[in-house]
Amino acid sequence: MPHGRSTVKNRVENTMKTVLMISALSSVAIVFLIGFFTLKESIPAFRGIGPLNMLTEKVWRPGQDSYGILAMIAGSGLVTLGSVLIGVPLALGCAVFLAEVAPKWMAEIVRPSVELLAGIPSVVYGLFGMVVLVPLVRGIEVPGNTGFGLLSASVVLAVMILPTIASVAESALRSVPRSYYNGSLALGATRWETIWRVNIPAARSGILSAVVLGLGRALGETIAMIMVIGNSVIMPKALTGNPLSIFLSRARTLTGNIAVEISYATGVHESALFATGVVLFLLIMIVNTSARGLLKASIEGGRRK
Amino acid sequence: MRKLVQNAAFTVFWMAGLGAVLIMLSVVGYVVFKGFADITPEFFTTSPRGGLSGEGGIQSTIITTVYLVVLTLLVATPLGVGAGIYLVEYADQARSGFMKRITSAARFGVETLAGVPSIIFGLFGYALFVTALKLGFSLASAALAGSCLIIPVIIRTTEEALKAVPDSYREGSLALGASRWETIWKVILPSAFPGITTGIVLGAGRIVSETAIFFVTLGGSYRTPTSLLASGRSMALHVYYLAMETRAFDKAMATAAVLVVLVILMNLSINMISRRITRDTR
Amino acid sequence: MKTAAAILSTLLLALAAACGEQPEPAAEEAGADSTVALSGEISVVGSTTVQPLAEVLGEAFEALNPDLTIIVSGGGSSVGVKSAGDGSAQIGMASRHIKSSEYDEFPGIVVHTIANDGIAIVVEPGVTVDVLTMDQCRDIFSGAVTNWNQVGGPDMPIIVVSREEGSGTRGAFEELVLGEEALMAESAILQPSNGAVRTTCSTTPGAVAYLSFGYLDPSVKTIAIDGADPTPENVANGSYPVSRPLNMITSGEPQGAVAAWLSFITSEDGQAIVVAEGYLPIN
Repeated sequence: MPHGRSTVKNRVENTMKTVLMISALSSVAIVFLIGFFTLKESIPAFRGIGPLNMLTEKVWRPGQDSYGILAMIAGSGLVTLGSVLIGVPLALGCAVFLAEVAPKWMAEIVRPSVELLAGIPSVVYGLFGMVVLVPLVRGIEVPGNTGFGLLSASVVLAVMILPTIASVAESALRSVPRSYYNGSLALGATRWETIWRVNIPAARSGILSAVVLGLGRALGETIAMIMVIGNSVIMPKALTGNPLSIFLSRARTLTGNIAVEISYATGVHESALFATGVVLFLLIMIVNTSARGLLKASIEGGRRK
Repeated sequence: MRKLVQNAAFTVFWMAGLGAVLIMLSVVGYVVFKGFADITPEFFTTSPRGGLSGEGGIQSTIITTVYLVVLTLLVATPLGVGAGIYLVEYADQARSGFMKRITSAARFGVETLAGVPSIIFGLFGYALFVTALKLGFSLASAALAGSCLIIPVIIRTTEEALKAVPDSYREGSLALGASRWETIWKVILPSAFPGITTGIVLGAGRIVSETAIFFVTLGGSYRTPTSLLASGRSMALHVYYLAMETRAFDKAMATAAVLVVLVILMNLSINMISRRITRDTR
Repeated sequence: MKTAAAILSTLLLALAAACGEQPEPAAEEAGADSTVALSGEISVVGSTTVQPLAEVLGEAFEALNPDLTIIVSGGGSSVGVKSAGDGSAQIGMASRHIKSSEYDEFPGIVVHTIANDGIAIVVEPGVTVDVLTMDQCRDIFSGAVTNWNQVGGPDMPIIVVSREEGSGTRGAFEELVLGEEALMAESAILQPSNGAVRTTCSTTPGAVAYLSFGYLDPSVKTIAIDGADPTPENVANGSYPVSRPLNMITSGEPQGAVAAWLSFITSEDGQAIVVAEGYLPIN
């Protein structure tokens, strides 16, 4: 009898282990499937057009068999740059504030606010952008400015990446050993000097990885972008003599290219959109891998010291 | 002088902190106040009128959203929780090279998936579920593609919840003669349950908010779906359609307001659960 | 790696099996005997231009057959043809002619024209231009003319709003207005649906766009081409030059509820709805 029970027990044990192992592999299976299907669908485009041609050609006119995505790469790049320029100072300020400066009660107001910003659906940001930001930007009197464009998109995106950057950078700052801080204060430095000269440098790679993660998030945003960026397939260019007016230019992102056209595409056109997806996927993989590398370095660096 | 510099610097940081709160208040405040101005009880009990008018309420989109959440969780929860259990409870006893490889493959999968933008999940879902498996634009396609989005979320929170269970529990149970699975099922899972719940709520929140995936897999019919293979329209997707297809910005704002309130409630419940966890473990 | 592949294929098989088990839409059962009240579901997928018309036609037919549900979803003309061709929807919708490449891929498809549709050129109401020639339209949409004062309007930059590549409406518009040589202006704002085009056009100062007649509303102002206003009458008498057919597509000859609905659409009652929605009847 005890013998029988223990075989049943063993059988359950082994079954569960296998079941759990298979579910553990689900994530890698999905990655594999995504890679397989997007690559498979993009092969006709890569074969027919050539990867290099696609990446370096500015003109995207599927009707005329032109499938260059350089304009979209530029659009994604510029809107990400814009969001970083606006969002990063704010996000890092927030992180330092939460980690080092804020009194407890204040942190308990700021932190949930930042978390909530992360939870707001991107379609709501897009709607807010359409209804509030676009008309505001349209007020800038420059010929050709419609409000739809890189500036509106960058502002929306800046708010969307703020929570990612702020929370990762905050935990990087918090992982700096307290002894550093106390030691520096004991040596006569002010709190600010300690934060600036000791804590921030010690958390440097963690902070950098926060910014890079934010970049990845910005590159991947879709719905909010197609709602405010205008989706024109052009290389963004300055509208006036002032080079900053390039941000008033309309553009299209890699993500937007996929979302706007996928349901209307057939044949090589559809395949070219999957190729756009492959390029986007690779870009984001590179960005995220470097962020993870930085994060690892910062954890190990923290341990060594 | 040094004090002065410090004061200046701290003022800047206070402004950053206050700025974040202000941004949150202005987005949430604008959407909620503008939106709720147009909300009546009928808004929740009637369905969109279809066509281009933008008239009608959001009943069918609420139902579609609920269907989607339930379906994705049905797929993603067992897989995600199972994977989390495996990674925490079995991975460390991996002695063979094969087991180690499985664990590192799974870790790689979770880390990669967490960074994949949702439009890629959409593209993938479109290629595999909508086209190759001929599920069409449907709840089934959307739910399967949506599961891919939230599986890593559930895996991560499950891992954290399990890691927070003290090792003494495991040792005690194993010492009493329980098998590993019995230990997990009877001892570890119950005490990690609240933590795992936050993962599930988080996953549900992602589905409620998601638009890009469903934009290319769900089809967008404003009707209440009657089968797994029927097309539908989630609330987030409805906001998109209203804003882009019609001029009913007021209705779009109202739907957005309902979404935002839902997200706030979900955030609050997650905070409440985690607070209870920290209190209990103390 | 072998094990990973094995696990993957198992997963795929399981998935495929799970999908196979799901019930087919019931409309097929409603089948052969048309004297029995129609019931079940008809799934309609495709062009966002045809979609609103199909929704209204569907509601009207549902009112006659309370047990029948007609589910209309968008996707685009190409998706419409594909869905009907591969059977993932019972009816596909397309707002353009079927391409020969599509006939090659799905030789069994049958096309049912349900209405004709004009394409109007519209501007943001602040633009004080009312009439354009066909040549001026071409120059505006190809970007050769960039300010309204070049075509007798105020000094105001022209903002072209267009559909994206692959759209049936855009295809028809390019064929009919831009012709062989000219291309859509690069700087055009591109929107993924007719509704989005209308919204953008109505809210952007100096904007010009093209819209299916069914999407016209007071938020945008229509432009007469060569003196002819974009009205169904003018399309019918040939003075307004920009129109194209709206099609529904089935795989093989339609059966049962699908056939009943399609013949309702082409009946007098159905065509009355077509006209009421601002489109042109098929005859």
